[in-house]
Amino acid sequence: MKKIIVMVKQVPDTANVTGESMKEDGTVNRAALPAIFNPEDLNALEMALEIKNLTGAEVTVITMGPPKAVDILKHSLYMGADKVYLISDRKFAGSDTLATSYVLSEAIKFLGKYDLYLAGRQAIDGDTAQVGPQVAEKLDLNIISYVQNLIEIRDERIVVEKDSDVQTEVISGRIPLLMTVTSDANDPRYPNSLNMLKHFRSELQTDIPDENKSRYEKNGWVIPVLTIDDLGIDPDKCGLGGSPTKVHKIKSIVLKGGDFTLFENNAGGVMGLVKEIVKDYSGEN
Amino acid sequence: MKIAIFIEKNPVTGKLREVTEELSAKASALVEPFGGEVVGMFAGDELPVNCTDLFSSGLNRLITFREKRLRDSHPIAIKNVIEKMILSEDPDIVLFGATSLGREVAPLISSSLKAGLTADCTHLYIDDFKDKGKILYQVRPAFGGNILATIISPDSRPVMSTVREGVMKVPEEMTKNEIRSEDFEMSLQDNWFINDLLKILPKDKKVNFNRSDIIVAGGAGVGTKENFKLLSDLADMLGAELGGSRAAVDSGYIDKSRQIGQTGAVVRPKLYIAFGISGSIQHRAGMDESSKIIAVNSDPKAPIFDISHFGIVEDMKTVIPVMMRYLKEDLNG
Repeated sequence: MKKIIVMVKQVPDTANVTGESMKEDGTVNRAALPAIFNPEDLNALEMALEIKNLTGAEVTVITMGPPKAVDILKHSLYMGADKVYLISDRKFAGSDTLATSYVLSEAIKFLGKYDLYLAGRQAIDGDTAQVGPQVAEKLDLNIISYVQNLIEIRDERIVVEKDSDVQTEVISGRIPLLMTVTSDANDPRYPNSLNMLKHFRSELQTDIPDENKSRYEKNGWVIPVLTIDDLGIDPDKCGLGGSPTKVHKIKSIVLKGGDFTLFENNAGGVMGLVKEIVKDYSGEN
Repeated sequence: MKIAIFIEKNPVTGKLREVTEELSAKASALVEPFGGEVVGMFAGDELPVNCTDLFSSGLNRLITFREKRLRDSHPIAIKNVIEKMILSEDPDIVLFGATSLGREVAPLISSSLKAGLTADCTHLYIDDFKDKGKILYQVRPAFGGNILATIISPDSRPVMSTVREGVMKVPEEMTKNEIRSEDFEMSLQDNWFINDLLKILPKDKKVNFNRSDIIVAGGAGVGTKENFKLLSDLADMLGAELGGSRAAVDSGYIDKSRQIGQTGAVVRPKLYIAFGISGSIQHRAGMDESSKIIAVNSDPKAPIFDISHFGIVEDMKTVIPVMMRYLKEDLNG
């Protein structure tokens, strides 16, 4: 195992919707949600770093997103990634999973060949779990989805546990291989202070003033940005135009009000609740 | 109109995955106004034992490909067989269960056919769209369940969707269709079988929440695994199924197989009793269609109260013992 690439995504923290991110009409103000490292992508990165510890493999992290996604790339460096790249272009906006997998697979082709390709099972903003398999198909890779445990690495093979909802399968997969990783797989490590010291100045190449370029390069503080032109890919296959699925409409979920009876928090109240429970108890089941 | 559905076998029971029958019934309801057919596509070693049941839940025709190497799940091989069936049948729509296999095979095929794929749909309907005629509208929760998005793929053929188990209901009365099954022929390539299944580990038996009238569920507010035992005692007493929120699963109070919510099971019992569940949108997406909801939570501001019918603001540790005492009196007397 020499080279590993991990695909990660910055997502709005949809799991922790607080009062501050709610609008007055009871719907969520999506713009007010903090941007975080997609949780299962952290599990994928952690697995890559564990394999790095075992085999000395080099770990590359890529993300497709706007410039502010540099935050998760820096976090990846702090955790121990060796190389990071931002794949960014205005024309990528509005990409569905198929267009996203096109861009990611072309970016990977541009960067080279890897032994292991990792991604989180799914991102919490869309929960589709589609991009990993779609990248595997485009790169003609072997695939194991829903990996919940890394068991061992033997030469050209990697043994993992796959969560197949009705059973757990222990699978030996041959590299090159793409795996999607679930939150059960591991506990992602915290940023390491030495890595933080080394990389806290790292910046996107596009944000570094010309006069500082050579100093940043010498110190390894440049985070490369790859655009449509750099990758030489077809703009018609990216963004909204390259996406067969279209969002027709969006409805925000509003808390639905209805008849509600609040019982006192005393024995009488509990008795009231019990009467409601008993109405539905058929004595069987 | 032609809708193809992915027929999946439960490898543990040898029967159909339940979602398969739900897809069949839904597809049948979708094509009914326009005329057309529902075609099942199966790739595996042996057919599910109750496979012909599908003809009583809307299926018109079943295409099967059987080969012993397909006994273990080899997603690339299954993808190639199903893709070839899709190309030969040319359906308007292809539906998959949002199972771990369905959610692996469907994106592989969508990538290869460059077809639009929408995950985890909770509602599907057909309507006109501009000059495209009748197209499929796919409704799904997104953004952690905070929004419902309607997705269309007007230029895609086929249009592909995955559907969560337990979301679409199978009507009780359905016409029995004639059994029509045909074998599909193709040759398999060795490099589709690149991985080896070394071992199968049993999982906690899948919980069938849809068969229980009452569900007792706990969340992070339950606080400890010992407190969760109280819920399980109460559930036993009521003959209820025990469930938990994602927070309860993440805290290790309850097995993931019992998770209720957007990323777990979708339930609609007659009675849902929620203890220490704050009621995040993710959780509500899995239970807000319950006929009656009772909430016990020490936080008066917990959003669960907004969708509940009855509630008490109190710690569950205080409530449950009293509740069980009264219940015992009520049920025995």
